[in-house]
Amino acid sequence: MSDSIFDHDHHFPAVELPSDIPAELLRKAPLNLPNPAELEVLRHYTRLSQKNFSIDTQFYPLGSCTMKYNPRIAHTMASLPGFARLHPDTPAPAMQGLLQVLWELQEWLAAVTGMAAVSLTPAAGAQGELAGVAMIRAYHAARGDHERRKMLIPAAAHGTNPASAQMAGFAVVEIPNLVDGDLDMAFLDQHLGPDVAGIMLTNPSTLGVFERRIADIAARVHGAGGLLYYDGANLNAILGRVQPGQMGFDVMHLNLHKTFATPHGGGGPGAGAVAVQERLRPFLPLPMVTRSEEGALRWLDEGDLPQSIGRLSAHGGNVGVLLRAHAYLRRLGRVGVGRVSAYAALNANYLLKELQRVGYQAAFPERRASHEFILTVSDLQKATGIRALDVAKRLLDFGIHAPTIYFPQLVPECLLIEPTETESKATLDRFVAVMAQIRQEALAQPELLREAPHHLPVGRLDEALAARHLDVAAAQ
Amino acid sequence: MPYIPHDGLETAAMLAAVGVDSLDQLFDEIPPNLQVQDMALPEGLSEMALRRELEGRALSNAPLRCFAGGGAYAHHIPAIVWEIAGRGEFYSAYTPYQPEASQGTLQVVYEYQSFITRLTGLEVSNASLYDGASGLAEACLMALRIQGGQGDDKSILVPENLLPGWRRVLDSILGLQQIRLVTVPYDRVAGTLVLPAEAGDAAALIIPQSNALGLLESVDVLTDWAHGHGLLAIAVVNPLALALLKAPGDWGTQGADMAVGEGQPLGIPLTGGGPYFGFLACRKAHVRQLPGRLVAKTVDGQGRAGFCLTLQAREQHIRRGKATSNICTNQGLMVTAATIHMATLGGHGLQRTAVLCHERAVRLRELLTVVPGVRLPYGGPFFHEFVLRLPHAAVAVRDALLGHGLLAGLPLSDWGMGEAGDLLVCATELLDEADLLAYRDALTSVLETL
Amino acid sequence: MSKIPETLRYSDTHEWVEDLGGGRYRVGITDHAQELLGDLVYVEVPDIGKAIHGGEVCGVLESVKAAADLYAPVNGTVMERHDGLGDNPQWLNEDPYGQGWIMVVEADAAAWAGLLDAAAYAKLTES
Repeated sequence: MSDSIFDHDHHFPAVELPSDIPAELLRKAPLNLPNPAELEVLRHYTRLSQKNFSIDTQFYPLGSCTMKYNPRIAHTMASLPGFARLHPDTPAPAMQGLLQVLWELQEWLAAVTGMAAVSLTPAAGAQGELAGVAMIRAYHAARGDHERRKMLIPAAAHGTNPASAQMAGFAVVEIPNLVDGDLDMAFLDQHLGPDVAGIMLTNPSTLGVFERRIADIAARVHGAGGLLYYDGANLNAILGRVQPGQMGFDVMHLNLHKTFATPHGGGGPGAGAVAVQERLRPFLPLPMVTRSEEGALRWLDEGDLPQSIGRLSAHGGNVGVLLRAHAYLRRLGRVGVGRVSAYAALNANYLLKELQRVGYQAAFPERRASHEFILTVSDLQKATGIRALDVAKRLLDFGIHAPTIYFPQLVPECLLIEPTETESKATLDRFVAVMAQIRQEALAQPELLREAPHHLPVGRLDEALAARHLDVAAAQ
Repeated sequence: MPYIPHDGLETAAMLAAVGVDSLDQLFDEIPPNLQVQDMALPEGLSEMALRRELEGRALSNAPLRCFAGGGAYAHHIPAIVWEIAGRGEFYSAYTPYQPEASQGTLQVVYEYQSFITRLTGLEVSNASLYDGASGLAEACLMALRIQGGQGDDKSILVPENLLPGWRRVLDSILGLQQIRLVTVPYDRVAGTLVLPAEAGDAAALIIPQSNALGLLESVDVLTDWAHGHGLLAIAVVNPLALALLKAPGDWGTQGADMAVGEGQPLGIPLTGGGPYFGFLACRKAHVRQLPGRLVAKTVDGQGRAGFCLTLQAREQHIRRGKATSNICTNQGLMVTAATIHMATLGGHGLQRTAVLCHERAVRLRELLTVVPGVRLPYGGPFFHEFVLRLPHAAVAVRDALLGHGLLAGLPLSDWGMGEAGDLLVCATELLDEADLLAYRDALTSVLETL
Repeated sequence: MSKIPETLRYSDTHEWVEDLGGGRYRVGITDHAQELLGDLVYVEVPDIGKAIHGGEVCGVLESVKAAADLYAPVNGTVMERHDGLGDNPQWLNEDPYGQGWIMVVEADAAAWAGLLDAAAYAKLTES
């Protein structure tokens, strides 16, 4: 049985290239791609799929990633030919059905976030961040306030935050977090000033706890002339219950592939819609959908929004992902949306208590978990040298995906665990039982963990070799 | 409760284990004044009602025969492609940060990278970017890092006949870092680029093949000019056309340094503009400046071959503010579909499809130019798109043809290019002779009545 | 416990410096630094002839899971660079004070004198 697509190659005669294109513009060498038979293709990729973990087959307690069930109806709806075959440059009158969906999604996301307006165009969370900080920049520039070159970002923030701020031309200033997970206010006060454009925050923070003084932080930042950016990665914790707009945030992105149940697809595509308060509306990225009083829908362009930060992709963003998010929201409705955060919090707090019961240490034991929480296995490391990585790899042997590890870096040997609302008590109880067993193994036979996983297609890979002797494409 | 499995007894038991009386109490650390009671959202729907509503919306989008291109193309997608890409094991998998649990996705990406390097004639391909246009912005930033431009002396030479939608994306993204975009004009008669007068302080020249008018550029001359002036050459290419056209790695004496493009023609449905994917390939010497994920082949402790993400120190989750890009989530599932698509067609099938597209377009051009009043402003070679000059405003003609069930093309005036009568028309393998004849007849009748 | 040879001097950014005589100094990263970074896969070293400034970034070190800046331990000029590390970055891990050397710089004797001695560096790594 072959495991490379390149091993399936049947011979075909060379294709005659057109004679009306000058020879110097045509391929010099034949296209050296394999020619497998359809059944060979089907088997090869079906078998590869079986080497993957996925939500459809495994539990993913993966913090900060909100790996919830991706309802299949959303996929079916997005695949309807009336959507799937629509060319992006179809004139608006011939695509009213799609525009209606997108317009509704804009309205609903504005309602969920407590913001004035939404643009759906960013292709992923990081592009939403870039759009968000670009709007902050455009806002200050429009007021003639050109000295605001600094963006404040907590040390525990997602790596995309400083990367996006840098890409938008800002200098990044890191703010430390205190031992209870809250932000260092003294440091904040010390650094707020006429050179600060804004601050990027996640709430609940990446430490899995709610920043209780958020209103105070917002007042201080606004008082200094800065704006507040909300990283929507943890929105599942407060969906339908707390609106970022009401917390004092000016601009935010949403990760539709986290909070709104669109699939991760093995790395993407996502969608990173941005939402803003009224004063940032003129700067929103294009295109957006608008509806006339008569109900006719059309795209907004540069003529409508001359101060827009512009366009981030050639068309309207990841429309197929937006269709899925729309279907999910429409299915849940007002009541269903409120249940999301309630049951996400129930699952997280239940797991935290149960895992503490079987001996694990919480990073912030005095705090309520949000939709996720952090354990630290520093005690295991001291006792037997077992690290968070070893616990994570051993979980794979039990058919459970590893939690997020070593993020946030603030907590040593940490596991960031987010069960999401779509997992049942039985699944959580099994996870607790497996974690209890792993803890016993760590103390009794640590080598079992150090060499894990044992039952997957491959064991731990030589990543140093991969980087030192780069093989990133099959040799011809 | 849609998608929430808890029954009343389970909820009660879990609340008791946590030590709270109600779900609301789980939020007791959040100041009450921040907690809202209600939001302006509609009531939820059953799956049955949802389906009925959305099927209605989908049907209200007019079904049109597609003769429009401009960066997004209607192609046949074999049934097997999304049958497999839609499998839960691909569809609902996470980013392959745990390689032992992601060998399927990782091997698919490795095969994808292999296919893209062979199409482009370059050595390294990343695992995808958001789309072609944002991918080009990343390629420009990469060129600036390679060339080490500092301070104000940062610029890129951008052809005037690059797709305008792509130019706007460059303006938005590169403008944030004060990078100057210097426009290279095109010859108004030929429709192709004239060699820039000077290189100035530019880091790179962008070379589109084809250009926004559908015409093929003299890529060898342009690439050599760029290298002769110390610039990098960034090829912007349609991956399907590369089954036919010279690979960027073979352009000019040394070959282009990077190739970037819109991957949508490789098995991705149009879906109103996305999700598509951007591909970016480069020389091995420049791999450390490449943005986005990269998969490598390696071995495990027992010597078994396996795949993992590599050179992650380029990326934001490690390098943070100094990363090559802020990109995290990419277009993974689209890449899975594209890989299966390329494998299903095979090298032979991709070449046959590209040739068919070209033949259809040649035939369509022949049919349409005999319609009274229709002219061809440009005579140069093309792949599968060409400009027609109509005796009436192209927007009006395009709108009238909607009534005949045709999306007739893209009026260049929508892009601020060309003349009012210019319409960019595309043909692909999806259109048969009857479709082409129907276009001719409809155009004839519309031009008579306008 | 990481190795800290007595004959070398150290920066607080974890570079070691060896006096080669004649105003020339060999530079590398310490055993402690390579342990923290893990399997190194790449090092970017400044070009020959380039002026470097003590305490400022002059290159990059990349491991599988981390990236770190390489700091210039002293003011000086790069005279030699260890190009062999390009194909053998593992030398940084296997032999940080020998085969894993990174560059030779020309610098002032005063700069050398201002660096930490082995005892002071050992104290720094303990804290």
